[in-house]
Amino acid sequence: MKSDKQLIDETGIRSDGRKPDELRNVIIKAGVLHRADGSCYLEWGGNKVIAAVYGPREAIPRHSQNSLRAIVNARYNMAAFSVDDRKRPGPDRRSREISKVISEALEKVILTDYYPRAAIDVNIEVLNAEAGTRCAGLTAAGVALADAGIPLKDIPVACAAGKIGATEEDGTFTGGHVVLDLGKEEDNFGNADLPIAIAPRTNEILLLQMDGHLSSDEFERALDYAIKGCHDISKLQKEALLKKYNVSEGDE
Amino acid sequence: MSQSEREIVIPSQYLGECDQFKSGRGTFIENGKIYSQIIGILQRNEKYLNVISLKGKYDAVTGDTVIGIIDAAMSSSWLVNINAPYPALLHVNEVPWRVEFNETDKYLNSGDTIMTVVSSVDMEKKLQVSMKDRNLFKIKGGTIIDVEPSKIPRIIGKKGSMIQLLKKYTQCRIFVGKNGRIWIDGKQDMIGKAIQAIKLIEKESISFGLTDKIEDFLKHNSDLKEV
Repeated sequence: MKSDKQLIDETGIRSDGRKPDELRNVIIKAGVLHRADGSCYLEWGGNKVIAAVYGPREAIPRHSQNSLRAIVNARYNMAAFSVDDRKRPGPDRRSREISKVISEALEKVILTDYYPRAAIDVNIEVLNAEAGTRCAGLTAAGVALADAGIPLKDIPVACAAGKIGATEEDGTFTGGHVVLDLGKEEDNFGNADLPIAIAPRTNEILLLQMDGHLSSDEFERALDYAIKGCHDISKLQKEALLKKYNVSEGDE
Repeated sequence: MSQSEREIVIPSQYLGECDQFKSGRGTFIENGKIYSQIIGILQRNEKYLNVISLKGKYDAVTGDTVIGIIDAAMSSSWLVNINAPYPALLHVNEVPWRVEFNETDKYLNSGDTIMTVVSSVDMEKKLQVSMKDRNLFKIKGGTIIDVEPSKIPRIIGKKGSMIQLLKKYTQCRIFVGKNGRIWIDGKQDMIGKAIQAIKLIEKESISFGLTDKIEDFLKHNSDLKEV
């Protein structure tokens, strides 16, 4: 995909006015749903995501149970109205892939051996999509899990970095800037996207995907950016959790 | 509870060093450091660091008296929902009646409520409950409400002080199951008041001097029917 639009100018300011290492605006609210055991609503720039956690409860069907630990089922779904054209509802190749990688990332931080034979269901619903929904979804799922009172080793957090503004000549790319948290146009017309999820306490990587090309040098820089972004978001997650419990449980 | 402040902690929060404290409930150790694993209230004892959860499913412990709801009647047992992640098994030998094979549904049916005790929890967290005790029975009448299982100690109070208070001012029969279900039986308006008081306890469970606050609440609302 090519566009004539300049994604980043000479002074290093991006098309939406952000600096290369600046995140979009993030708002997190914990415990927004009453029927779920734990829930979270998250806005990340134009992304709007709700995550709901059910369980632990007995895994059904029986053959999916693991007698040593709980299984984690994350289900990522985009609402039909989440994109410009109507998205055909139901699971597709993309959402199944994202569900799988998110499930595996969450499994790493949940202390699953406390609940043998059980299932922990995480539903992630994308209400409005604007680049980086898998990061937004995973971040929301982390807050929802903590809100459900599920034992966790860490609250998982995700963020993306990428490369924009390179010029192509006969298949080789020159120039370009490594930037944090790609926006809609940067994602569509940029050169590379690198979403990662980490456990912020240990900096252990839970998820790492890459779309596009980066040199190993650029990759290292993008990874550093993304990890820094994750830590910033992690602070917001913790604030959101403490805020919920200090308000609803606080002594008045 | 001797500490002066109640601190809310979240998963992965650093709590202390391993050589100073022992890691208690709701915590885990990594590289000699103690971290919280759940969202809850930090309790600092002399030896232990505990985190009392604010939310979550009931963790069944052998010997707990719980209130169960029958899920299904099978030919020689029942499945009972006790608010744990797993359904519990109630075998016909564990009830105070003599039940013929395939006649379980004459005694307890799906939707019935029972006072029961957790008789065993195994490695796989397979739960069994029993009704073979004097004060266990099938519940008839009254109202059942659900609260967070972690708030049950608050509702009972120190040596049962809070629950005595509730019983005294509402003249209700109140049974508290460890799994977060409470059965209240009495006059209709009194049940309503007991529920209000319990919801208040649940909401303000972190604050201090709660017993006095609840006593005020109950007195204030029952000036006509003062006992």
